[in-house]
Amino acid sequence: MSKELFRTCPESGLQFHKPAELLMRSHAVLAVVILLFGGITALLVTLTRWPAVHLLPADRFYQILTLHGVNMLIFWIITFEIAVLYFCSSTLLKCRLATPRIAWLGFALMLIGIVVNNSAVLNGDASVMMTSYVPMPANPNFYLGLILFAVGALLGCFIFLGTLVVAKEEKTYEGSIPLVTFGALTACIIAVFTIASGAVILIPTYLWSIGYINNIDAAMYRLVWWALGHSSQQINVAAHVAVWYAIAAIVFGARPLSEKVSRTAFFLYIAFLQIASAHHLLVDPGLSSEWKIFNTSYAMYLAVLASMVHGLTVPGSIEVAQRAKGFTNGLFQWLRKAPWGNPVFSGMFLSLIGFGFIGGISGVVMGTEQINIIIHNTIYVPGHFHATVVIGTTLAFMSLTYFLIPVLFRKQVMLPSLARIQPYLFGIGMMVFTLALMGAGTLGVERRHFDMAFTDAMIGFDYPASAYTLMGIAGMAGVAAILGGAIYILVTVLSVFFGKPVGSESTYGFTTSTLTRAEPIIVPDGGHAAAGKWGFAAPGTFLLAIFFLLVFVLYYAVNWKYLASVWPMS
Amino acid sequence: MWSLFMFIMMPLWHIYGKQNLSNEAYRTTPQAYLAKAQAMVDQYTVRTETAANLPVVRPPPGSDVYLVARLWQWWPLLELEQGQSYRLHISSMDWQHGFSLQPVNINAQILPGYEMVLTVTPDTADSQTIICNEFCGLGHHNMTGKIYIVGGGQ
Repeated sequence: MSKELFRTCPESGLQFHKPAELLMRSHAVLAVVILLFGGITALLVTLTRWPAVHLLPADRFYQILTLHGVNMLIFWIITFEIAVLYFCSSTLLKCRLATPRIAWLGFALMLIGIVVNNSAVLNGDASVMMTSYVPMPANPNFYLGLILFAVGALLGCFIFLGTLVVAKEEKTYEGSIPLVTFGALTACIIAVFTIASGAVILIPTYLWSIGYINNIDAAMYRLVWWALGHSSQQINVAAHVAVWYAIAAIVFGARPLSEKVSRTAFFLYIAFLQIASAHHLLVDPGLSSEWKIFNTSYAMYLAVLASMVHGLTVPGSIEVAQRAKGFTNGLFQWLRKAPWGNPVFSGMFLSLIGFGFIGGISGVVMGTEQINIIIHNTIYVPGHFHATVVIGTTLAFMSLTYFLIPVLFRKQVMLPSLARIQPYLFGIGMMVFTLALMGAGTLGVERRHFDMAFTDAMIGFDYPASAYTLMGIAGMAGVAAILGGAIYILVTVLSVFFGKPVGSESTYGFTTSTLTRAEPIIVPDGGHAAAGKWGFAAPGTFLLAIFFLLVFVLYYAVNWKYLASVWPMS
Repeated sequence: MWSLFMFIMMPLWHIYGKQNLSNEAYRTTPQAYLAKAQAMVDQYTVRTETAANLPVVRPPPGSDVYLVARLWQWWPLLELEQGQSYRLHISSMDWQHGFSLQPVNINAQILPGYEMVLTVTPDTADSQTIICNEFCGLGHHNMTGKIYIVGGGQ
């Protein structure tokens, strides 16, 4: 490869392969456009479920909710992830991207898929929710769009893998691949599994919708669909954990406490996350308790363990890096003195806290076979996955964007004071939103439901007033978070298209030369423990972890107690 | 450690806890299932309610109770005795539905072609409303049903 195909970012020292760079930009821009669309639908959904507003009529509500689901959970996230995959392979490994032409084909397929799928829903004959459970029929284009998108994304995954091979062949790096790339590789492997499952179920469903196949078994559909539906969210987990590590390295020059432990934790994701998708079937007929328990607990808790490892090592590595810089007073000076005004950091840290405390704990609790009886399909479930996907993944991607604008797009971040508050507005808004939804779900409020007052139902039902209060709080917090999302899009679009080119000065006062593993960044005298306290390298993080476990145990116990109060059954 | 504890908790609840989902389910067809439900309705209807004259069925304690989920109702209405056990069968005639009993808050997924059997013992005095919590089209939010709870021997 000739040299002029590469440019070196003067600020970060990162090397960009020009064809790859254009691909990354295109995917990122497309992703943000989808996010904008998803955000508008989010506003409409929120304003309808806010009981005092109740904006849309029923048919429009179900249509918009379907759009919100597919665009946010599938299209936005996977499109952004392909950009991340290209960045983690081509840029971090200083390597040319394998077959850029095929990458463009993949991009085109994804774009066409999105358009085909969305126009089917907009036409009004595919309001079947993201899950499109058979035998509820949708316009065939709904499935066709998803299939086209999946093929495009699959091409992107293979190009990522191909680039790893090229990098190895051409020896663009030494030793093993960097941890962040390893995390991206995890995401990619899960993605290939996910997309394969999607093909296994969506292609027959497409054939069924155009009349080639008579019948698709509802239970079988759910089993295979969730191998797509939940695993696709595990791609997010692997990707945003990789982003956490990247940001810890970017902002603090932090290195993982133990590369080996972190890598093992990523490996646990690959090995065990997929079968965890069985927890969507906990209250389904026709599956045995043994099967449910094995698939959701035995395996899932190893994956949960992996998440807890990441949740511990990322702040732990930040603490160690901060302590090495001299912030050694007390248990939490390192955290107080962190750059809270830098959205790259604040977004990432809120993402970590929200994902762990809200998303993680609620996920394990509702994934318990019997507790699922009191939670299945209530609005608790959206509460859970908004904490994991929106606070965890979307917020992590947003904070990464503030880093990418100067580095990838060579533009200064505009409206910096708005950008500074954006992660707080979005993150804290979403935290209140998810907690309110989980509270309402515990009171039995259903998800995907137009009218919690049952105004037109022949037999009515009154939820307690507290359920209405909680849904109202969720409405307000949701609107606040959407405002935060709007600021993100505003800042991103303005910066990318109208921003001043990056000069010599750094936008947020951080260096980016530490992203790759090339040089050791922190070598504290006497090892990690020297800067810590009481023999712990990261005592503050340790204390946080203890607190996390306490909350976890308490909340788990409360839910068993609640379960014990419902009708006995067997 | 905590992971292991959580893992052990689920089998333990199967042995000592009182709220477990049954493993009992059968393959069925909408026609066959509806015939069984119709037979029960013919035998045990005690009155009709609402403008649509929905039957209210009071099957004897311990018997098999058939609840039909279809667009967009839970049929028939049931009347059960407090403290008695029933074998509650549920299946869907068409699309997927979500059985959600409120306010006691018991939720289960209902599929067409599968007949789920739950042995339940109503131990609350309040009557319960059945809500659909799996999206099933335009009438989803109006799909409700009722389980009346009456004191024993009335």
